[in-house]
Amino acid sequence: MDKFLLLIFISILFSQIETFDRSEFVKYDESLIGTDFSFTMTPVDGNKFKMGSPESERRRRTDEGPIHTVILSDYWISTLEISWDLYETFLLRNQDSILANNQSYIIDIDAISGATMPYVNYNQPGYPVINITQYAASQFCKWLTAKTGHYYRLPTEAEWEYACRAGSEKAYSFGKASKSIKSFAWYKNNSEGKLHKGGLKKPNALGIYDMHGNAAEWVIDHYNPQGYSNTDNEQVNPVQFGEKLYPRVVRGGSFKDGPARLRSAARGYSKELWKRRDPQSPKSLWWHTDAIHIGFRIVRPRIIPNKNDLEKYWIKPIKEY
Amino acid sequence: MKKQHKINRRTFLGNSAKIAAAGIIFNKLNATTKKHTPWDGEIKVALVGCGGRGTGAAIQAIAADQDVRLVAIADVFEDQAERCLEALVEKYGNSEQLLVNKETIFIGFNGFKNAIDMADVVILATPPGFRPQHFSYAVENNKHVFMEKPVATDIIGIKKVIAAGKLAVKNKLNVVVGLQRHYQRSYRNVKKLIDRGSIGRIISGQVYWNGAGVWVRPRTPQQTELEYQMRNWYYFNWLCGDHIVEQHIHNIDVANWFIGATPISAQGMGGRQIRNGKDHGQIFDHHFVEFTYPKGQVISSQCRHQPGCMNRVDEVFQGSQGKVHVHSANYGLIQSHRGRKLYFHEGENDVNPYQQEHNELFAAIKKGEYLFKDFNRGVNSTLTAIMGRMATYSGKIISMEDALLSNLDIVPNNLTSFEDTAPITPDKNGSYPIPIPGVTKFI
Repeated sequence: MDKFLLLIFISILFSQIETFDRSEFVKYDESLIGTDFSFTMTPVDGNKFKMGSPESERRRRTDEGPIHTVILSDYWISTLEISWDLYETFLLRNQDSILANNQSYIIDIDAISGATMPYVNYNQPGYPVINITQYAASQFCKWLTAKTGHYYRLPTEAEWEYACRAGSEKAYSFGKASKSIKSFAWYKNNSEGKLHKGGLKKPNALGIYDMHGNAAEWVIDHYNPQGYSNTDNEQVNPVQFGEKLYPRVVRGGSFKDGPARLRSAARGYSKELWKRRDPQSPKSLWWHTDAIHIGFRIVRPRIIPNKNDLEKYWIKPIKEY
Repeated sequence: MKKQHKINRRTFLGNSAKIAAAGIIFNKLNATTKKHTPWDGEIKVALVGCGGRGTGAAIQAIAADQDVRLVAIADVFEDQAERCLEALVEKYGNSEQLLVNKETIFIGFNGFKNAIDMADVVILATPPGFRPQHFSYAVENNKHVFMEKPVATDIIGIKKVIAAGKLAVKNKLNVVVGLQRHYQRSYRNVKKLIDRGSIGRIISGQVYWNGAGVWVRPRTPQQTELEYQMRNWYYFNWLCGDHIVEQHIHNIDVANWFIGATPISAQGMGGRQIRNGKDHGQIFDHHFVEFTYPKGQVISSQCRHQPGCMNRVDEVFQGSQGKVHVHSANYGLIQSHRGRKLYFHEGENDVNPYQQEHNELFAAIKKGEYLFKDFNRGVNSTLTAIMGRMATYSGKIISMEDALLSNLDIVPNNLTSFEDTAPITPDKNGSYPIPIPGVTKFI
């Protein structure tokens, strides 16, 4: 490459390295311009925290340990799981020409792949979007970024657990497994086998709803059954990118699970079986057929990474036959 | 209309007699259980129709039995055949089961013949308009068949499939149709319990395929009219049959299955309100049909392709002593009218029905058994859906007899190239004729 061009390239790159988002670090509503929709983002102050569960925790699995210290930067997290009606604005994309002003991060909205319509769905307004692939969840974040000019992505596993704990080192954000679980979560014993509308249970100390139960939630990380045995202490903003489609981590447990799977440190993971009834080959990039318990929520880091890193957080599609 | 369509025993019997006279047999033919000779060696399979579903079915056939050899594939579109092969190589590249090579990829309107000629078992997965022609050819050449639903888009096609079906019975050729709910444990168990009387007699039901819709493949400049229609096939009746036939057939089929009969008449309404652009051909985006069955049962059938609305794909039935709710996520619930749970299907780990239909087909072929005459239900359910479409397009009550005697014929049977004239042509604005209730006679 011509040296002059290289210089320009580097200077552009530098101009985009670790941009600090100058927005006030407070709770806010993001309106989707051109639609009636908005969603609420809750600030989570970055800090050190202990990730994983102690061996003494009841019904703990070995993949949740060892406990290690993680350092996180500031981010916002969506107060609710992303709902069907909100997701449908991305499915339909009939207001793509209307974009927010003063965008702090600009990408070309037309270059973002459109999702296919779900084969079968349960699209009740206010209910979490489910049966969704990690890629489809991630593309929504990318589209949201183009639409709003704010950098959105899926949470890392560490960000998810930290936001879920909301300061608690016990099994749940509200303490130990106890009678109170039913006021905080939709799970096996109170869900009647069904998903519920978002935000009907009590929030955690940060004001975030449904981290325990209802839909289990995608995070970015690849699942390692060995847990955190090879994870260094005091890593800053750790994330495990995976090359393979399966298994990837889901967190929080779902309306189908008993209390143990809802614990803050409990880790679930994706399986090929989740697309077993897809009659097509290649199978859908966008929808599962047997994951009606899997949804997601989104985060917005306060520091926007440089362009190359930033793209990595939006998951790449992987074909499946 | 000159006839009254009262639902009583006499009308039903009268219609049955006429239908029988028209050469249609609805009764299931009893399976023969005589001695059989096990299959010896490889089972050669050919795929006709290399889209996503065909590719999926080929993969399932290969997975069904280690003696299966996929020997040939056929499609009118070269790029589609290539993508199919890519998927197969990705999945079975190093396997001795994948024997497709350059010489056995057949492109063109008559490629299906070459592929079928090479096989013992054929998979028919093109758009349904071509199914009768392909099924007839396969049976005439003594092949076992897996074919996708629906089995036709018009009445002439239905009659071709019936004729070929008779030949299949005569020659003991197993025929499985991709109405995969029949191969799904949850549905099978619920059906068994209904037959044992757990909800009494079915009185009514509601069946749904309300979704956001499917893909659109917009016209490109170099396409001939025929190629455009075949690429964007979902929106043309001769190819697709409208979504009430192409997709909602699954739910209508469950009604026929659980009731154990085919409706005698249909009346309904429909239209295209949201999906009405140039690349949306001629089909409706919603249909609502009441199907009336011989013993007076009424099934309400809804299908909608409109994004942003309530979606549901399932079947519900009310019986004299209880109720049933089933859907394809291995869900089956039988309750008393007061809500007492009589049966709940735990189906989390059930085998994938798309795999099961191949497992059972190839197991039968291997044992030399003659077990599957699925074209019966394929014909009945396709015909039911076509009758529903005729009702929503015309705005009239359509009896099964009306439907059959219409001899509706919308599929050309002698296409040889994309230069051929398409069976339907757009007006000068690029729009296609769209059915208008009260005006349209029959489509």
